[in-house]
Amino acid sequence: MSGNMNLTLKIWRQKNNKAKGELVNYKVADISPDMSFLEMFDVLNEQLITKGDEPVAFDHDCREGICGICSMHINGRPHGPKHGITTCQLHMRSFKDGDTIVVEPWRAQAFPVIKDLAVDRSAFDRIIAAGGYVSVNTGNAQDGNTLPVPKTDADMAFAAAACIGCGACVAACKNASAMLFVSAKVNQLAHLPQGQPERMERVRAMVAQMDKEGFGSCTNTGACEAECPKEISLVNIAAMNRDYLRANLLDSEG
Amino acid sequence: MGVFSFLLKSSIGKKIIMGLTGLFLIIFLVVHCGVNALIFMNDGGVLFNEAAEFMATNILIRTMEIVLFLGILVHIFQGLYLVFENKKARPVSYAMTNGNANSKWYSRSMGLLGTLLLIFLIIHLRHFWYVSRLTNELNANETLFDEMKEVFSLLWVVMVYLLGMISLSYHLMHGFQSAFQTLGWNHKKYTPIISAIGFCYSIIIPLIFSIMPIAFYLGWIK
Repeated sequence: MSGNMNLTLKIWRQKNNKAKGELVNYKVADISPDMSFLEMFDVLNEQLITKGDEPVAFDHDCREGICGICSMHINGRPHGPKHGITTCQLHMRSFKDGDTIVVEPWRAQAFPVIKDLAVDRSAFDRIIAAGGYVSVNTGNAQDGNTLPVPKTDADMAFAAAACIGCGACVAACKNASAMLFVSAKVNQLAHLPQGQPERMERVRAMVAQMDKEGFGSCTNTGACEAECPKEISLVNIAAMNRDYLRANLLDSEG
Repeated sequence: MGVFSFLLKSSIGKKIIMGLTGLFLIIFLVVHCGVNALIFMNDGGVLFNEAAEFMATNILIRTMEIVLFLGILVHIFQGLYLVFENKKARPVSYAMTNGNANSKWYSRSMGLLGTLLLIFLIIHLRHFWYVSRLTNELNANETLFDEMKEVFSLLWVVMVYLLGMISLSYHLMHGFQSAFQTLGWNHKKYTPIISAIGFCYSIIIPLIFSIMPIAFYLGWIK
Protein backbone atom coordinates (compact mmCIF):
# COMPACT_ATOMS: atom_id res chain seq x y z
CA MET A 1 0.00 0.00 0.00
CA SER A 2 1.19 3.50 -0.67
CA GLY A 3 2.23 5.45 2.41
CA ASN A 4 3.47 2.36 4.18
CA MET A 5 6.98 2.62 5.54
CA ASN A 6 10.17 0.70 6.07
CA LEU A 7 11.87 1.41 9.37
CA THR A 8 15.06 0.58 11.23
CA LEU A 9 14.59 -0.11 14.92
CA LYS A 10 17.34 0.01 17.53
CA ILE A 11 15.89 -1.88 20.46
CA TRP A 12 17.38 -2.55 23.89
CA ARG A 13 17.71 -6.31 24.37
CA GLN A 14 18.54 -7.67 27.80
CA LYS A 15 18.01 -11.34 28.75
CA ASN A 16 17.27 -10.71 32.41
CA ASN A 17 17.96 -8.36 35.29
CA LYS A 18 21.54 -9.57 35.72
CA ALA A 19 22.54 -9.79 32.06
CA LYS A 20 24.32 -7.03 30.20
CA GLY A 21 22.05 -5.50 27.58
CA GLU A 22 22.71 -3.83 24.24
CA LEU A 23 20.92 -2.02 21.44
CA VAL A 24 20.12 -4.41 18.57
CA ASN A 25 19.15 -3.34 15.04
CA TYR A 26 15.97 -4.69 13.41
CA LYS A 27 14.25 -3.90 10.13
CA VAL A 28 10.49 -3.82 9.71
CA ALA A 29 8.85 -3.38 6.31
CA ASP A 30 5.49 -2.22 4.98
CA ILE A 31 4.33 -0.63 8.26
CA SER A 32 0.97 1.13 7.95
CA PRO A 33 0.81 4.70 9.26
CA ASP A 34 -2.48 3.76 10.95
CA MET A 35 -0.83 1.18 13.19
CA SER A 36 -0.14 2.02 16.80
CA PHE A 37 3.46 1.85 17.95
CA LEU A 38 2.67 -1.35 19.87
CA GLU A 39 1.09 -2.95 16.79
CA MET A 40 4.32 -2.22 14.95
CA PHE A 41 6.05 -4.15 17.76
CA ASP A 42 3.58 -7.01 17.29
CA VAL A 43 4.60 -7.14 13.61
CA LEU A 44 8.26 -7.22 14.60
CA ASN A 45 7.67 -9.96 17.18
CA GLU A 46 5.75 -12.16 14.69
CA GLN A 47 8.67 -11.72 12.34
CA LEU A 48 11.10 -12.77 15.11
CA ILE A 49 9.00 -15.76 16.19
CA THR A 50 8.69 -16.99 12.57
CA LYS A 51 12.46 -16.84 12.29
CA GLY A 52 12.79 -18.74 15.58
CA ASP A 53 14.26 -15.74 17.44
CA GLU A 54 13.30 -14.56 20.90
CA PRO A 55 10.52 -11.91 20.64
CA VAL A 56 11.07 -8.51 22.31
CA ALA A 57 9.54 -8.37 25.79
CA PHE A 58 7.51 -5.19 26.29
CA ASP A 59 4.70 -4.22 28.66
CA HIS A 60 1.21 -3.67 27.26
CA ASP A 61 -2.31 -4.24 28.48
CA CYS A 62 -5.34 -2.05 27.78
CA ARG A 63 -3.96 -0.44 24.60
CA GLU A 64 -6.28 2.53 25.07
CA GLY A 65 -4.21 4.82 27.27
CA ILE A 66 -5.74 4.11 30.67
CA CYS A 67 -3.76 1.29 32.28
CA GLY A 68 -0.33 2.94 32.24
CA ILE A 69 1.65 -0.25 31.74
CA CYS A 70 3.13 0.48 28.29
CA SER A 71 6.46 2.15 28.83
CA MET A 72 9.20 2.53 26.16
CA HIS A 73 11.61 5.43 25.85
CA ILE A 74 11.28 6.27 22.15
CA ASN A 75 13.83 8.46 20.36
CA GLY A 76 14.91 10.00 23.65
CA ARG A 77 11.46 10.64 25.13
CA PRO A 78 9.07 8.60 27.29
CA HIS A 79 6.14 7.43 25.13
CA GLY A 80 7.73 8.99 22.07
CA PRO A 81 7.44 12.34 20.31
CA LYS A 82 3.82 13.30 20.99
CA HIS A 83 2.45 15.21 23.99
CA GLY A 84 -0.07 13.84 26.49
CA ILE A 85 -0.28 10.23 25.26
CA THR A 86 0.94 6.77 26.20
CA THR A 87 2.90 4.50 23.83
CA CYS A 88 -0.22 2.60 22.77
CA GLN A 89 -1.75 5.92 21.67
CA LEU A 90 1.29 6.76 19.55
CA HIS A 91 0.68 6.01 15.89
CA MET A 92 3.14 5.24 13.14
CA ARG A 93 1.99 8.33 11.23
CA SER A 94 4.25 10.21 13.66
CA PHE A 95 7.22 8.68 11.81
CA LYS A 96 8.54 8.82 8.26
CA ASP A 97 9.59 6.13 5.81
CA GLY A 98 13.25 5.28 6.36
CA ASP A 99 13.36 6.55 9.96
CA THR A 100 15.59 4.96 12.58
CA ILE A 101 13.79 4.64 15.91
CA VAL A 102 15.66 4.06 19.17
CA VAL A 103 13.62 2.22 21.82
CA GLU A 104 14.92 1.83 25.37
CA PRO A 105 13.39 0.79 28.70
CA TRP A 106 12.70 3.33 31.50
CA ARG A 107 16.05 4.02 33.13
CA ALA A 108 16.11 4.35 36.91
CA GLN A 109 17.78 2.69 39.86
CA ALA A 110 14.29 2.14 41.30
CA PHE A 111 12.95 0.59 38.05
CA PRO A 112 15.21 -2.42 37.40
CA VAL A 113 14.94 -4.00 33.95
CA ILE A 114 13.15 -7.36 34.05
CA LYS A 115 13.74 -8.20 30.41
CA ASP A 116 14.29 -6.12 27.25
CA LEU A 117 11.88 -3.18 27.53
CA ALA A 118 9.95 -4.39 30.58
CA VAL A 119 10.89 -2.79 33.90
CA ASP A 120 9.83 -3.52 37.46
CA ARG A 121 7.69 -0.60 38.67
CA SER A 122 6.66 -2.20 41.98
CA ALA A 123 8.46 0.66 43.76
CA PHE A 124 5.35 2.70 42.90
CA ASP A 125 3.13 0.05 44.50
CA ARG A 126 5.20 0.18 47.69
CA ILE A 127 4.88 3.99 47.81
CA ILE A 128 1.07 3.66 47.54
CA ALA A 129 1.10 0.91 50.17
CA ALA A 130 2.99 3.25 52.51
CA GLY A 131 0.00 5.56 52.81
CA GLY A 132 -1.73 6.34 49.51
CA TYR A 133 -5.14 5.26 50.71
CA VAL A 134 -7.91 6.00 53.21
CA SER A 135 -7.79 3.48 56.06
CA VAL A 136 -11.49 3.24 56.83
CA ASN A 137 -14.27 2.12 54.53
CA THR A 138 -15.95 5.33 53.39
CA GLY A 139 -19.12 3.51 52.40
CA ASN A 140 -21.40 4.26 49.48
CA ALA A 141 -21.44 7.57 47.66
CA GLN A 142 -22.96 10.27 49.88
CA ASP A 143 -26.19 12.04 49.01
CA GLY A 144 -25.51 15.26 47.17
CA ASN A 145 -24.40 18.15 49.44
CA THR A 146 -24.10 16.10 52.62
CA LEU A 147 -20.36 16.33 52.27
CA PRO A 148 -19.60 19.74 50.73
CA VAL A 149 -16.41 19.89 48.65
CA PRO A 150 -15.41 23.20 47.05
CA LYS A 151 -15.33 22.93 43.26
CA THR A 152 -11.65 23.97 43.06
CA ASP A 153 -10.67 21.22 45.53
CA ALA A 154 -12.73 18.62 43.69
CA ASP A 155 -11.09 19.67 40.40
CA MET A 156 -7.61 19.47 41.85
CA ALA A 157 -8.24 16.04 43.37
CA PHE A 158 -9.75 14.83 40.13
CA ALA A 159 -6.83 16.09 38.02
CA ALA A 160 -4.34 14.43 40.38
CA ALA A 161 -6.34 11.18 40.33
CA ALA A 162 -5.83 11.00 36.56
CA CYS A 163 -2.31 9.67 37.22
CA ILE A 164 -2.02 6.14 35.81
CA GLY A 165 1.32 5.38 37.48
CA CYS A 166 3.12 4.74 34.20
CA GLY A 167 6.46 6.13 35.40
CA ALA A 168 7.05 8.51 32.48
CA CYS A 169 7.81 11.25 35.03
CA VAL A 170 10.67 9.17 36.45
CA ALA A 171 11.85 8.19 32.98
CA ALA A 172 11.90 11.81 31.77
CA CYS A 173 13.49 13.34 34.87
CA LYS A 174 17.25 13.77 34.70
CA ASN A 175 17.31 12.80 38.40
CA ALA A 176 14.91 9.86 37.98
CA SER A 177 12.74 11.58 40.58
CA ALA A 178 9.26 10.24 41.38
CA MET A 179 7.96 13.52 42.80
CA LEU A 180 5.23 14.05 40.20
CA PHE A 181 3.82 10.56 40.76
CA VAL A 182 3.99 10.77 44.56
CA SER A 183 2.53 14.28 44.64
CA ALA A 184 -0.40 13.17 42.44
CA LYS A 185 -1.09 10.24 44.75
CA VAL A 186 -0.84 12.50 47.81
CA ASN A 187 -3.02 15.26 46.38
CA GLN A 188 -5.86 13.11 45.07
CA LEU A 189 -6.66 12.52 48.75
CA ALA A 190 -5.29 15.68 50.43
CA HIS A 191 -8.06 17.89 49.01
CA LEU A 192 -11.03 15.70 49.85
CA PRO A 193 -12.74 15.38 53.25
CA GLN A 194 -12.11 11.62 53.39
CA GLY A 195 -8.38 12.21 53.05
CA GLN A 196 -8.06 14.70 55.92
CA PRO A 197 -7.61 12.47 59.02
CA GLU A 198 -4.45 10.83 57.62
CA ARG A 199 -3.25 13.76 55.55
CA MET A 200 -0.08 14.52 57.55
CA GLU A 201 1.09 10.99 58.24
CA ARG A 202 0.29 10.03 54.63
CA VAL A 203 2.61 12.61 53.08
CA ARG A 204 5.43 11.75 55.47
CA ALA A 205 5.14 8.01 54.96
CA MET A 206 4.91 8.22 51.18
CA VAL A 207 7.88 10.59 50.86
CA ALA A 208 9.92 8.36 53.20
CA GLN A 209 9.13 5.32 51.02
CA MET A 210 9.95 7.29 47.87
CA ASP A 211 13.39 8.14 49.29
CA LYS A 212 13.92 4.55 50.39
CA GLU A 213 13.25 3.24 46.87
CA GLY A 214 16.20 5.22 45.53
CA PHE A 215 14.47 7.82 43.35
CA GLY A 216 16.35 11.10 42.86
CA SER A 217 15.28 14.47 44.22
CA CYS A 218 13.28 17.12 42.39
CA THR A 219 15.15 19.99 40.70
CA ASN A 220 12.02 21.48 39.13
CA THR A 221 13.10 21.09 35.51
CA GLY A 222 9.47 20.43 34.59
CA ALA A 223 10.36 17.51 32.29
CA CYS A 224 7.91 15.23 34.16
CA GLU A 225 4.95 17.53 33.59
CA ALA A 226 5.84 17.94 29.91
CA GLU A 227 6.04 14.16 29.36
CA CYS A 228 3.11 13.05 31.54
CA PRO A 229 0.45 11.33 29.41
CA LYS A 230 -2.20 12.57 31.85
CA GLU A 231 -0.77 16.10 32.08
CA ILE A 232 -0.39 16.02 35.86
CA SER A 233 0.64 19.53 36.92
CA LEU A 234 3.75 20.68 38.81
CA VAL A 235 1.31 22.45 41.13
CA ASN A 236 0.94 19.04 42.80
CA ILE A 237 4.63 18.97 43.72
CA ALA A 238 4.46 22.42 45.32
CA ALA A 239 1.30 21.41 47.20
CA MET A 240 2.97 18.24 48.45
CA ASN A 241 6.05 20.21 49.56
CA ARG A 242 3.73 22.52 51.53
CA ASP A 243 2.01 19.58 53.19
CA TYR A 244 5.35 17.92 53.87
CA LEU A 245 6.72 21.08 55.51
CA ARG A 246 3.56 21.49 57.56
CA ALA A 247 3.53 17.83 58.59
CA ASN A 248 7.12 18.03 59.82
CA LEU A 249 6.97 21.44 61.46
CA LEU A 250 3.51 21.44 63.01
CA ASP A 251 2.42 17.85 63.46
CA SER A 252 2.37 17.03 67.18
CA GLU A 253 3.17 13.39 66.47
CA GLY A 254 6.78 14.54 65.93
CA MET B 1 17.40 19.44 66.34
CA GLY B 2 14.84 16.65 66.20
CA VAL B 3 12.21 18.97 64.80
CA PHE B 4 14.41 19.92 61.86
CA SER B 5 16.05 16.56 61.16
CA PHE B 6 13.74 16.10 58.15
CA LEU B 7 15.65 18.93 56.47
CA LEU B 8 18.81 16.85 56.53
CA LYS B 9 17.35 13.40 55.98
CA SER B 10 14.59 13.61 53.38
CA SER B 11 14.93 14.51 49.71
CA ILE B 12 12.37 17.29 50.05
CA GLY B 13 14.16 18.63 53.15
CA LYS B 14 17.45 18.80 51.27
CA LYS B 15 15.78 20.70 48.45
CA ILE B 16 14.19 23.11 50.94
CA ILE B 17 17.69 23.88 52.25
CA MET B 18 18.86 24.53 48.67
CA GLY B 19 15.90 26.86 48.12
CA LEU B 20 16.31 28.79 51.36
CA THR B 21 20.08 29.28 50.98
CA GLY B 22 19.52 30.18 47.33
CA LEU B 23 17.00 32.88 48.22
CA PHE B 24 19.37 34.17 50.90
CA LEU B 25 22.15 34.46 48.30
CA ILE B 26 19.73 36.20 45.93
CA ILE B 27 19.14 38.87 48.61
CA PHE B 28 22.89 39.16 49.18
CA LEU B 29 23.49 39.79 45.47
CA VAL B 30 21.19 42.83 45.59
CA VAL B 31 23.25 44.35 48.43
CA HIS B 32 26.53 43.44 46.73
CA CYS B 33 25.38 44.88 43.42
CA GLY B 34 24.00 48.03 45.06
CA VAL B 35 27.21 48.84 46.92
CA ASN B 36 29.42 48.13 43.90
CA ALA B 37 27.21 50.22 41.63
CA LEU B 38 28.52 53.26 43.53
CA ILE B 39 31.57 53.11 41.24
CA PHE B 40 29.31 54.43 38.49
CA MET B 41 29.21 57.78 40.38
CA ASN B 42 32.57 58.24 38.61
CA ASP B 43 33.90 60.23 41.55
CA GLY B 44 37.25 58.44 41.64
CA GLY B 45 35.78 55.85 43.95
CA VAL B 46 35.24 58.20 46.92
CA LEU B 47 31.68 57.10 47.70
CA PHE B 48 32.43 53.46 46.87
CA ASN B 49 35.44 53.39 49.21
CA GLU B 50 33.33 54.93 51.97
CA ALA B 51 30.73 52.21 51.55
CA ALA B 52 33.43 49.53 51.40
CA GLU B 53 34.95 50.91 54.59
CA PHE B 54 31.54 50.71 56.28
CA MET B 55 31.03 47.13 55.09
CA ALA B 56 34.48 46.19 56.40
CA THR B 57 34.09 47.71 59.87
CA ASN B 58 30.42 47.53 60.87
CA ILE B 59 30.01 44.72 63.39
CA LEU B 60 26.55 43.75 62.10
CA ILE B 61 27.81 43.46 58.54
CA ARG B 62 30.84 41.46 59.63
CA THR B 63 28.57 39.05 61.51
CA MET B 64 26.38 38.71 58.43
CA GLU B 65 29.54 37.99 56.46
CA ILE B 66 29.99 34.82 58.52
CA VAL B 67 26.34 33.85 57.97
CA LEU B 68 26.83 34.55 54.26
CA PHE B 69 29.86 32.27 54.03
CA LEU B 70 27.95 29.55 55.87
CA GLY B 71 25.05 29.99 53.46
CA ILE B 72 27.34 29.76 50.43
CA LEU B 73 29.12 26.69 51.78
CA VAL B 74 25.87 24.88 52.58
CA HIS B 75 24.49 25.76 49.12
CA ILE B 76 27.68 24.48 47.42
CA PHE B 77 28.13 21.25 49.37
CA GLN B 78 24.45 20.37 49.48
CA GLY B 79 24.23 21.12 45.75
CA LEU B 80 27.20 18.94 44.86
CA TYR B 81 25.95 16.17 47.14
CA LEU B 82 22.53 16.23 45.45
CA VAL B 83 24.12 16.11 42.00
CA PHE B 84 25.95 12.91 42.95
CA GLU B 85 22.90 11.43 44.69
CA ASN B 86 20.77 12.13 41.63
CA LYS B 87 23.37 10.59 39.32
CA LYS B 88 23.09 7.42 41.41
CA ALA B 89 19.33 7.34 40.82
CA ARG B 90 20.01 6.51 37.14
CA PRO B 91 23.02 4.15 37.03
CA VAL B 92 22.49 3.17 33.37
CA SER B 93 21.96 6.21 31.19
CA TYR B 94 19.89 6.41 28.01
CA ALA B 95 21.58 5.92 24.65
CA MET B 96 19.38 8.71 23.35
CA THR B 97 17.74 11.58 25.21
CA ASN B 98 15.88 14.58 23.89
CA GLY B 99 15.85 16.83 26.94
CA ASN B 100 15.14 20.00 24.99
CA ALA B 101 11.73 18.58 24.11
CA ASN B 102 10.58 18.75 27.71
CA SER B 103 12.77 21.22 29.64
CA LYS B 104 15.24 24.10 29.42
CA TRP B 105 18.92 23.23 29.15
CA TYR B 106 19.86 25.54 32.02
CA SER B 107 17.36 23.96 34.39
CA ARG B 108 19.00 20.60 33.68
CA SER B 109 22.49 22.07 34.10
CA MET B 110 22.34 23.64 37.56
CA GLY B 111 25.20 21.44 38.78
CA LEU B 112 27.43 22.46 35.87
CA LEU B 113 26.49 26.16 36.13
CA GLY B 114 27.01 26.01 39.89
CA THR B 115 30.46 24.46 39.44
CA LEU B 116 31.43 27.23 36.99
CA LEU B 117 30.19 29.74 39.56
CA LEU B 118 32.27 28.05 42.26
CA ILE B 119 35.41 28.39 40.13
CA PHE B 120 34.49 32.02 39.46
CA LEU B 121 33.84 32.60 43.16
CA ILE B 122 37.29 31.31 44.15
CA ILE B 123 38.97 33.63 41.60
CA HIS B 124 36.74 36.51 42.70
CA LEU B 125 37.40 36.02 46.43
CA ARG B 126 41.14 35.87 45.75
CA HIS B 127 40.95 39.16 43.82
CA PHE B 128 39.03 41.19 46.36
CA TRP B 129 37.94 39.53 49.59
CA TYR B 130 41.35 37.98 50.30
CA VAL B 131 43.23 41.18 49.51
CA SER B 132 40.94 43.46 51.50
CA ARG B 133 40.19 41.24 54.50
CA LEU B 134 43.19 38.97 54.97
CA THR B 135 46.16 41.09 53.87
CA ASN B 136 47.39 44.57 54.66
CA GLU B 137 47.93 45.47 51.05
CA LEU B 138 45.10 47.98 51.00
CA ASN B 139 45.40 51.36 52.78
CA ALA B 140 44.59 55.03 52.25
CA ASN B 141 46.85 55.18 49.19
CA GLU B 142 45.81 51.83 47.72
CA THR B 143 42.03 51.53 48.14
CA LEU B 144 39.61 48.78 47.13
CA PHE B 145 38.64 51.01 44.21
CA ASP B 146 42.28 51.07 43.06
CA GLU B 147 42.37 47.30 43.42
CA MET B 148 39.34 47.01 41.15
CA LYS B 149 40.98 49.25 38.58
CA GLU B 150 44.11 47.14 38.64
CA VAL B 151 42.35 43.76 38.49
CA PHE B 152 40.10 44.82 35.62
CA SER B 153 42.97 46.17 33.54
CA LEU B 154 43.66 42.65 32.30
CA LEU B 155 41.56 41.40 29.39
CA TRP B 156 41.50 37.74 30.48
CA VAL B 157 40.20 38.73 33.91
CA VAL B 158 37.41 40.74 32.31
CA MET B 159 36.56 37.72 30.14
CA VAL B 160 36.48 35.39 33.17
CA TYR B 161 34.15 37.77 34.96
CA LEU B 162 31.84 37.99 31.97
CA LEU B 163 31.70 34.20 31.70
CA GLY B 164 31.01 34.07 35.44
CA MET B 165 28.10 36.48 35.03
CA ILE B 166 26.64 34.51 32.11
CA SER B 167 26.72 31.39 34.32
CA LEU B 168 25.11 33.38 37.13
CA SER B 169 22.37 34.63 34.85
CA TYR B 170 21.35 31.14 33.71
CA HIS B 171 21.76 29.72 37.23
CA LEU B 172 19.34 32.38 38.51
CA MET B 173 16.99 32.00 35.55
CA HIS B 174 16.16 28.54 36.88
CA GLY B 175 17.04 28.96 40.55
CA PHE B 176 14.90 31.98 41.36
CA GLN B 177 11.52 30.47 40.49
CA SER B 178 12.65 26.94 41.40
CA ALA B 179 13.26 28.04 45.01
CA PHE B 180 9.67 29.24 45.31
CA GLN B 181 8.32 26.01 43.79
CA THR B 182 10.36 23.91 46.25
CA LEU B 183 9.05 25.95 49.17
CA GLY B 184 5.54 25.20 47.96
CA TRP B 185 4.79 28.62 46.53
CA ASN B 186 2.99 27.74 43.33
CA HIS B 187 -0.18 29.72 42.84
CA LYS B 188 -2.19 30.74 39.81
CA LYS B 189 -2.05 34.41 40.79
CA TYR B 190 1.47 34.72 42.14
CA THR B 191 3.60 32.26 40.15
CA PRO B 192 3.50 34.36 36.93
CA ILE B 193 4.58 37.40 38.98
CA ILE B 194 7.40 35.45 40.65
CA SER B 195 8.55 34.11 37.29
CA ALA B 196 8.52 37.61 35.76
CA ILE B 197 10.49 39.07 38.70
CA GLY B 198 12.90 36.12 38.54
CA PHE B 199 13.45 36.64 34.82
CA CYS B 200 14.14 40.37 35.21
CA TYR B 201 16.38 39.76 38.23
CA SER B 202 18.42 37.12 36.36
CA ILE B 203 19.09 39.58 33.54
CA ILE B 204 19.50 42.86 35.42
CA ILE B 205 21.80 41.87 38.31
CA PRO B 206 24.38 39.95 36.20
CA LEU B 207 24.21 42.74 33.59
CA ILE B 208 25.03 45.48 36.12
CA PHE B 209 27.86 43.32 37.49
CA SER B 210 29.14 42.72 33.94
CA ILE B 211 29.31 46.43 33.13
CA MET B 212 31.74 46.97 36.05
CA PRO B 213 34.81 45.15 34.66
CA ILE B 214 34.00 46.41 31.14
CA ALA B 215 33.74 50.00 32.38
CA PHE B 216 37.11 49.77 34.13
CA TYR B 217 38.79 48.03 31.21
CA LEU B 218 37.57 50.57 28.66
CA GLY B 219 38.39 53.46 30.96
CA TRP B 220 34.83 54.73 31.36
CA ILE B 221 35.46 54.92 35.08
CA LYS B 222 38.52 56.89 36.14
